[in-house]
Amino acid sequence: MRTALFITCLADALFPEVGKATVGVLERLGQTVEFPSEQTCCGQMHVNTGYQKQALPLVERFAEVFAPYDAIVAPSGSCVGSVRHQHAMIAKRFGSPELVEQVESVAAKTYELSEFLVDVLGVTDVGAYFPHRVTYHPTCHSMRMLRVGDKPIKLLQAVEALDLVELPAADQCCGFGGTFAIKNSDTSTAMLADKMRNVLDTGAEMCTAGDSSCLMHIGGGLSRIRAGAKTVHLAQILAATRERPMVLGRAEQQAEVHAGPEAVL
Amino acid sequence: MSTPVMLGIPEIPPPAPRGVGNLRGEEKFPNAARRALADTQLRRNLGNATTTIRTKRAQVVAELPDWEELREAGRQLKVHTMAHLPGYLEQLELAVTARGGVVHWARDANEANAIVIELARAKGVDEVVKVKSMATQEIGLNEALEAVGVAALETDLAELIVQLGHDKPSHILVPAIHRNRAEIREIFLREMADADPALTDEPAALAGAARQHLRRKFLSAKMAISGANFGIAETGTLGVVESEGNGRMCLTLPETLITIMGIEKLVPRWQDLEVFLQLLPRSSTGERMNPYTSMWTGVTPGDGPQEFHLILLDNGRTAVLSDSEGRDALNCIRCSACLNVCPVYERTGGHAYGSVYPGPIGAILSPLLTGIEDNASLPYASSLCGACYDVCPVKINIPEILVHLRAKHTETYAAEHRVPSAEAAAMTAAAWVMGNPKRWTLALRSGRLGRILGRKRDVIGDVPLPLAKQWTDARDFARPPKQTFRDWWAAEHGAEQ
Repeated sequence: MRTALFITCLADALFPEVGKATVGVLERLGQTVEFPSEQTCCGQMHVNTGYQKQALPLVERFAEVFAPYDAIVAPSGSCVGSVRHQHAMIAKRFGSPELVEQVESVAAKTYELSEFLVDVLGVTDVGAYFPHRVTYHPTCHSMRMLRVGDKPIKLLQAVEALDLVELPAADQCCGFGGTFAIKNSDTSTAMLADKMRNVLDTGAEMCTAGDSSCLMHIGGGLSRIRAGAKTVHLAQILAATRERPMVLGRAEQQAEVHAGPEAVL
Repeated sequence: MSTPVMLGIPEIPPPAPRGVGNLRGEEKFPNAARRALADTQLRRNLGNATTTIRTKRAQVVAELPDWEELREAGRQLKVHTMAHLPGYLEQLELAVTARGGVVHWARDANEANAIVIELARAKGVDEVVKVKSMATQEIGLNEALEAVGVAALETDLAELIVQLGHDKPSHILVPAIHRNRAEIREIFLREMADADPALTDEPAALAGAARQHLRRKFLSAKMAISGANFGIAETGTLGVVESEGNGRMCLTLPETLITIMGIEKLVPRWQDLEVFLQLLPRSSTGERMNPYTSMWTGVTPGDGPQEFHLILLDNGRTAVLSDSEGRDALNCIRCSACLNVCPVYERTGGHAYGSVYPGPIGAILSPLLTGIEDNASLPYASSLCGACYDVCPVKINIPEILVHLRAKHTETYAAEHRVPSAEAAAMTAAAWVMGNPKRWTLALRSGRLGRILGRKRDVIGDVPLPLAKQWTDARDFARPPKQTFRDWWAAEHGAEQ
């Protein structure tokens, strides 16, 4: 099986550790992961902000770059949601019937990380070790667009030494919503405040999720109020082992938090 | 130069007209929301009320093993009806007429209001009682009647509170959701001439005061005005579902009844209510069945109103129907489940939306009815979390229509302006950079300059620049890493860069 990593533009630019961790956990499970360097972005930001036509070249690029692979894995529910639910719409509106076919076939083999681990590889215990109190925020797109259900929870429950605490009102949006966080920053912040309160109420050290974007929002809020709790991507937890534990960096943000293959360097 | 119209090419139907009704706000959503968010009483009321209804709904929905099948049936019935609307409307007209009712067709709010005014004049009434109705709020009927000296009295408890408070409804089902009992007591004492000065803020006492006030009006009013939850094409029957019984009073006591129904409220057959009367109360109030379901067909001699008028209202609906990506918004049965689960609505309340239709459904329906340019900020009033789609009893894909309307907005803007908006220019530039891996790689490396900003705390704090500030007002921003993922990969795997 030829497996490609779709890093997502956000993780590529700001959260490379999430990409390294994704590669790390997949390689530990015996997968060979390729990174086609011609990839850029899924185009979700353009589509959701109202610039569908501008997204077309990105949709075409995605379909072309990833067509040769048997499976495409991304550490993001939101970007996979865009590939599955928006690419065909853009192709139908602006592209050719061949493009529609192409994007649909690529979308059918594109997986969010927890889906790939549980559904494709059939694993829930990935051999991770993470001695921290953690709460899990199901991001809206992984929960409602992809219906990943309890797959991330099952993966977390199998992590050695991890103390998983339930997040109250977990199904409530954190208020990110892409450009919503900018255009409606007051409302977004009000939503974030409630999410942070719920995270802090759990007493968890870290809030985890399958999307760097939502974590960037929650983590950015926690950092601003010096809350003493931070965010960490699901991939980073799953990549950590006894031999190569995740070393918590001095940063409030996960951008500087090391995990994965070079964690002990 | 406008496009020449040739025979056979249908014109695009007009949107709901400006200058009448309550579909357009005075300011953009983010500005109105900012003020609402600062109102702690509003936040508390809304949080409590929406959480309670949301929980009740979830419980009664979970009781039905075939809920998903019911939703699908509801959706299909609506899709079918919208696809055959002209035929069903004529069938309804025939059936209502055959049973002694009079059917009027109103192209828009102005025509509908004029018809009601004409009927009120013909009957010589200066007071009408009203059943809670979204359609009449939409067209601004009360204001139109007041302008010609006819008092329209709301009889739904929450609508009465709103009316007496010289306020606007903020929720489809619970229009006074933004008021608490202390405020309601104060409004009653101030505005209700017959209120007992010793009135307490006990809910039962408040309801009692309203009941006493309204009972006199029910018995004296000669004319009633209602909306309709359903109009059944095959029988000509109209239906209203309610909780308080005030509707039943209005529908049975006065001599003349006028019903204003949006043309999308049609269902083909009597049997179709089997589906909708299961979907609506559970989605709406979280009840298995609403307390009062009133159905009437034309006029029944010696029983109930002896004169019945049905006004079929378009007011932009045909324009919505002509939008293939947006038309599902017409399938809405006004249950308000989407409002109660919406994290945006829960915090801002309904007034911020400016339109009588707030929340997720309002964010699509209002701009569809008025044309996108008049409600351009509404499709952006959502984080696209999708909670609304999950609870919609007729499965309207609200997030998808929001995204469609955002595109409609930017494309309309682009067509009407020679210079692109700053946002459009930025998006085009981003697409150009992301359209090519070399440009993208270079752009990512330049992002490392941001490391300087974050050197003190290892995150980027408040940045006093437009856009950046909108983020960093309340959240720190991640300091760009020393090495992007693709540079790391290239270094590790020696790939070409």
